[in-house]
Amino acid sequence: MNQIPHHPQIPIFLTINGTLHELKVEPWVTLLDLLRERLSLTGTKKGCDQGQCGACTVLVDGKRVNSCLALAVSRDGAEITTIEGLAENGELHSLQVAFIERDAFQCGYCTPGQICSAAGLLAEGHTRSRAEIREHMSGNLCRCGAYTNIADAVEDVLMPRIAAKEAAE
Amino acid sequence: MNRFEYIRPATVADAIAALNEPAARALAGGTNLVDLMKYDVAQPSRLVDINRLPLKSIEITPSGALRIGALVTNTDLAWHRDVREKWPILSSAILAGASPQLRNAATAGGNLMQRTRCYYFYDPSTACNKRQPGSGCSAIGGVNRIHAILGASDSCIAVHPSDMCVAMAALDASVEVEGPDGKRSIPMSGFHRLTGGEPERDNTLKGGELITSIIIPKPDFGAHHTYLKIRDRLSYAFALISVAAALRVEEGIIQDVRIALGGVAHKPWRDFDAEKSLKGERVGTQSFTQVADFILRDAKGQGDNDFKIELARRAIVRALEQAAAGTPQDQADKSLY
Repeated sequence: MNQIPHHPQIPIFLTINGTLHELKVEPWVTLLDLLRERLSLTGTKKGCDQGQCGACTVLVDGKRVNSCLALAVSRDGAEITTIEGLAENGELHSLQVAFIERDAFQCGYCTPGQICSAAGLLAEGHTRSRAEIREHMSGNLCRCGAYTNIADAVEDVLMPRIAAKEAAE
Repeated sequence: MNRFEYIRPATVADAIAALNEPAARALAGGTNLVDLMKYDVAQPSRLVDINRLPLKSIEITPSGALRIGALVTNTDLAWHRDVREKWPILSSAILAGASPQLRNAATAGGNLMQRTRCYYFYDPSTACNKRQPGSGCSAIGGVNRIHAILGASDSCIAVHPSDMCVAMAALDASVEVEGPDGKRSIPMSGFHRLTGGEPERDNTLKGGELITSIIIPKPDFGAHHTYLKIRDRLSYAFALISVAAALRVEEGIIQDVRIALGGVAHKPWRDFDAEKSLKGERVGTQSFTQVADFILRDAKGQGDNDFKIELARRAIVRALEQAAAGTPQDQADKSLY
């Protein structure tokens, strides 16, 4: 163990779900722990804490990442969206509605990560088929095995968007 | 996770100065380094956060080569229009690896630097010559389903886990680095190393050197390429065997060929003699089987991974058949054709 003489507090700015936060964090604090332990945003879940399960998925500057592997200091200045920030003006995000309608969970622990991941998938614009939904959601494990319904829920939201985009072009 | 000093330089020169300490490590996407720190496998005294350095661009050089900044994310590289059109095997290999979340954070330079996923390397309670030189190798005689069949040593049988690097090896990439002694270029075949003598060293970087970019010449294979990855589940798993294959064929005769293997050795495995032996041969299962046998002539199993020799043989033949037919493996539809 290396001896660091003091516990440095590094000042950072993060915009989290639309609110600017001015924070001081030790450099070894992950974005996941910052969200859950400092800011009480416990919707983002700690599963494996090793980048293998996707339960901690959040959007950083609009892109989905594993918050357990991101040191908060290295994301200084970023805009973070968590599951708490997806609904707007009291209206659930269309993915949240689809997950409920499709019963796309059992225990629910992986669900915030699944929904944030699916939100990232929609923004990326690379997914056009059922096989691609499955592949592009493969970073989120569900140990209850709700995969079929999760893929259904994502498909419910994705396909009309593709159709609308094609109609507009 | 151990305590460490955190530095965030704004220039490459400042980063190199900050890295000039034996236990200093560069932090890019963090998808491997932060993971290793959580396991106490990596215990850096200083993290040099290089994410603010101007190494994020993808450019086509005047000679038509691809220059990839070290901090370009796997996602940005794989989906870049020029990469998809002209270097499709690179795009395909990257999309075969990890998950979208990890690819959004992981960088090209970090991918080159990622460490083995040997279970014993990751477990500080076991002996591992790579983690603790001289302590022994728990994988030899232990559980070694995922381990090397080519180029292993008595001290370490770990494999390099990357998909991206396998495609880069096939495409004759070179790695541009900058360090205390200036800049140099390292051919991909000489970047990663085998484990003999110094299993703790994954590559030929010198102390304080930083990867700044990767350069890949323009390939000439058209649709005659594939990246075929075989693993224990259909997605989001490291390769047991992977094959990057590309062919240039005229009237049924092989003019040029590239074959690089992943999951078999401590580095992406290229066999230049094998490739040479295939030039001038007629395309077909017979010549493909011959070259597969030749590549695997010195293959050695460790017990649990004996199956990988036959799996590699079949994967090489299948990949060359896909390349010859101009039907690259689809990384979303996993059906094998």
